[in-house]
Amino acid sequence: MQLITPEFGLLFWQTVIFLLLLLLLARFAWKPILGSLKEREDSIDAALKMAENAKLEMQSLKASNEKLLADARHERDQMLKEGQRIANQLVEQAKTTAVEEANRISQQAREAIQQEKNQALAEVKNTAAQLSMDIAERVLRRELADPAAQQQLVDEYLKDVKLN
Amino acid sequence: MCTFVGSAAEPTETGKKGEAFNPGEVILHHVADSHEWHWFSTDNGNFVSYFPIIAYQPSKGLSVFSSEKIAEGKTHDNFKLEDERLTTLDGSKVYDFSITKNVAALAVSSLVLLIVFASVARSYKHRVGQAPTGLQGFLEPFVIFIRDEVAKKSIGPKYERYMPYLLTVFFFIWFNNLLGLTPGAANLTGNIAVTLMLATLTLLITLFSSNKNYWTHIFWTPGVPLPLRIIMIPVEVIGVITKPFSLMVRLFANITAGHIIILSFISLIFIFRSAATGLFSVPFGLFISVLELLVSILQAYIFTLLTAMYIGGAVEEHHDDTHAAGHEHDDYGFAEERRGGSNIAHLDRPDVAAH
Repeated sequence: MQLITPEFGLLFWQTVIFLLLLLLLARFAWKPILGSLKEREDSIDAALKMAENAKLEMQSLKASNEKLLADARHERDQMLKEGQRIANQLVEQAKTTAVEEANRISQQAREAIQQEKNQALAEVKNTAAQLSMDIAERVLRRELADPAAQQQLVDEYLKDVKLN
Repeated sequence: MCTFVGSAAEPTETGKKGEAFNPGEVILHHVADSHEWHWFSTDNGNFVSYFPIIAYQPSKGLSVFSSEKIAEGKTHDNFKLEDERLTTLDGSKVYDFSITKNVAALAVSSLVLLIVFASVARSYKHRVGQAPTGLQGFLEPFVIFIRDEVAKKSIGPKYERYMPYLLTVFFFIWFNNLLGLTPGAANLTGNIAVTLMLATLTLLITLFSSNKNYWTHIFWTPGVPLPLRIIMIPVEVIGVITKPFSLMVRLFANITAGHIIILSFISLIFIFRSAATGLFSVPFGLFISVLELLVSILQAYIFTLLTAMYIGGAVEEHHDDTHAAGHEHDDYGFAEERRGGSNIAHLDRPDVAAH
């Protein structure tokens, strides 16, 4: 029965040594180990949370970037439209101006032509008057009795005249 | 195991061929404590370390001398050894505080534990924020396991206060179980004095951390019909003692049984006096030895788990009696988890089935 009878000496030493071991380990091993474990877990937790936050931030950043991009695209479209409109307006304006100018030029031309024509007519009138005077002079000078001969003479003179 | 082979060989080597080999005596001698450390024997003699005998006699006071003086039937002063038990020649009372083999092994393993965990703690300080390596990396999972799977689940939110005890008990038992398997080592955790002390400490911690709810459970079990409550009182009171008692016996019996089985297999060789028996004994002995490696950590785990559960039962918060009587639950939901989490818990908690 020695096996199942606790020996007093061993019980005593076991109590003393185990309690000492418990105290020493608690002070020098378990406290720092459990503390470090907790610290490490906390830091991992914090890191994970930070990563999650960073991810969310990235997402929002991406979203805002996309919005910015869409805005920019919209603005570009707007600008293009505006440009188109201005260009059209310019072309229209140019066309109007051109037509007006053309009208003005043709008006001027017409006026000039009219002037030229009047001048020419005046000249023709003058020349015809001169001519008539000349013929009359010559007719008077030859004193022709014969009306036939007169007519012939007039025709002769008229043949010489070139109305230019 | 060296000691075993040494002393087992003695009868044949000293020429006493007629003397029968008594395996029971040899085995019991080897699992029991001793006042000397018998390393091994050769033809040239025994290699034995003698420890000091520290004896206190109420009549004569303290006496300290080497155990060599009373080894092998010798007597010294007023002392002699009877089956490794210190007695006096005149029959007077003596208290034996000797440094026995187990005490020496206890001191050595405690020193080993201190050195190992102090160095592990140091590496935590030196390697802040880095991944664990080496010994630290090997032992950390066990620490975390005891904290998360044993303490947190069994005790609940107040677990932190009990962590030092649980960790110390776990590693103390595990290390000593393993050291006990090495050749020539002492069978420390297979000694009832050691497990008695551990179980007593668990009982004391349980009692000192117990709250009103714990005692209400024992003396006025809720959810049980009135006449049954009277019957439950002695059952529950006995339960307070049987819990640590089971801790004591389980550890002692498991470790001692393992040693006895291995020694028995080896004894077969000497019983049959034939080397051929070794063909059978050695593989079986090896198998049991490997099994013992598993048992060594398993017993440490079970002891720690049950300790944590007993403490958990003592610190558990108030139950709502108006709830269905068949449900054990607490304010934190730990009890439910505990019951679902471990099969061992069911086996060792008869009180769970009771309400």
